[in-house]
Amino acid sequence: MQPPVPAPDAITVKNLRKIYTVREGGSWRGKTREIVALDGISFSVPKGQIAGFIGPNGAGKSTAIKILSGILRPTSGEVQVNGLVPWTNRVAHVARIGVVFGQRTQLWWDLSVGEGLALLRDIYGVEPERFARNHARLAEALDLGAIMDQSVRQLSLGQRMRAEIAASLIHDPEILILDEPTIGLDAPSKLAVRAFVHELCRDRGTTVLLTTHDMHDIEALAERVIVIGHGRILADSPFEDLRMTTLSERILELDFHGTPPELALPAGAVETARAPHSLTITFDPRQIPAPALVAHVGHLSGLDDLRISRPSIDEIITRFYADHAA
Amino acid sequence: MTHSRTLSALGLYRRMAGASIVAQLRYPGTFAIQAIGNFITTLLGFFGIWSLFRRFGSIAGWDIGTVAVLYGLVNVAFAVAETLGRGFEVFGGEYVRTGSFDRLLLRPRSTLILLLGHELRLRPIGRFLQGAFVLIAGLWLAPHVQWSAVLVLPLAIAGGAAMFLGVLIGQAALCFITVEGLEVVNVLTYGGVEAGQYPLTMFGRWLRRFITFVLPLAAVCYYPALFSLNHPDPLGVPTWIGALSPIAGFAFLGVMVLIWHRAVAGYVSSGS
Repeated sequence: MQPPVPAPDAITVKNLRKIYTVREGGSWRGKTREIVALDGISFSVPKGQIAGFIGPNGAGKSTAIKILSGILRPTSGEVQVNGLVPWTNRVAHVARIGVVFGQRTQLWWDLSVGEGLALLRDIYGVEPERFARNHARLAEALDLGAIMDQSVRQLSLGQRMRAEIAASLIHDPEILILDEPTIGLDAPSKLAVRAFVHELCRDRGTTVLLTTHDMHDIEALAERVIVIGHGRILADSPFEDLRMTTLSERILELDFHGTPPELALPAGAVETARAPHSLTITFDPRQIPAPALVAHVGHLSGLDDLRISRPSIDEIITRFYADHAA
Repeated sequence: MTHSRTLSALGLYRRMAGASIVAQLRYPGTFAIQAIGNFITTLLGFFGIWSLFRRFGSIAGWDIGTVAVLYGLVNVAFAVAETLGRGFEVFGGEYVRTGSFDRLLLRPRSTLILLLGHELRLRPIGRFLQGAFVLIAGLWLAPHVQWSAVLVLPLAIAGGAAMFLGVLIGQAALCFITVEGLEVVNVLTYGGVEAGQYPLTMFGRWLRRFITFVLPLAAVCYYPALFSLNHPDPLGVPTWIGALSPIAGFAFLGVMVLIWHRAVAGYVSSGS
């Protein structure tokens, strides 16, 4: 029934639409209204790629994730994940993907991490040897040794997330869908999760689709960002390209021991802030390259220190959404 | 392809049920108090009936033995359904409202098996033991017990458990439409247990029809009890019906399972 030739792409989405019908006022007889959650999106993710999937709340991200996971049927459009149509055979499809929902546990609150993993082994039908191998590998990589016998209820959020990731990978899925995997985590836990996902992709060739509001996750992991808004794809490019097209400006900060002097700046650079002992200059590196600008200000008297920074990914994304709001 | 050792549905159910027992016994004190409480609450219910019969000897031609058998049957059957169907009972609050039903759909298994495996609830053991005790006492007291009761009563218990499990599955299916006001369904579960404790002739015509043809309570309780005790039906239904009628409980469960699958398919296409 399914095509015998493996598709070159792990995920293929063509012209995907989802329209929800909602009842106004929630009453039984009320009028219905249609909400277009996905308005014909298309993209594909090659095997072994980490793709970031971002967008503001209500953009259609969760709808797309649900359709790809096989738990929601679209209104129209084509999807293939591992060569399978997710919603036509849920059981066969979900056996080959791993999904982590940052805010919902897939383990059992009252069981220990180890007991939960053993139960998942039986749910997924993982052979004992393969389970033992995966169990050992994941326990080491995610540092689960100390929490293996603790009940999930007692884990900290960071510990729980590591256990969740292990739980989503115990059956060697070819595709891992991570929905807000670092939400609420402290900095060391975030770094641990990112490092693990990176290795997973590099060493095992697992395809990863990552949704997050933490742009540092995207910056650290994603080779490519798919930006979704109003049910459409607004951008689909490597992150660096998004940065250049959206907010290419850089910031030069200068510290002085006295009052900063008045200065004449070359084209492409403007003074954007002035404080008793410092000066901030914003510049476009395409008009004035950073070395040239530094050479221009380097001889100023009383200059103590200088720093060049790029706008944060949050600023870039905020700007990007603002540009596309209309 | 890589999944060559997939456990059978029954094997998986055993594993999940075993894990839930481990979880429940993690706090043995709480469990003991709940089970004993369950035993005492249900026992008090029977004392009410017992004191009526002690006062009047028999009521409208029904002796204490027959009524005790009815009481025991319906309580044992309901206890079995409560033990198995906990996942459906809490479905609205724990799966739909929280969105964790999506989590369940991400597992490569039947949703029915996964929800049965939610919990093998030990607490109804109080109701079960108490019901079994009253059932046996009733058989002791009833005047004309048939030897075939040994076969028919277990079938009646199984049919009754299937019927109540069907009610719980139907209740869970309703949760896809609304999670509000589902207490109404308790009319069928707890109300069913209450109604099943009394002979059918105690009720008016419409209620009799309801618990015969809509919710097959009479088929899994009343008629098998009459058959087992060789007690003629005052309404004239032939007694042998009671040897077969518990099958209606399984049919009811079958219909509810079909409704469940329709409801899940509806959820997957509407997303709410």
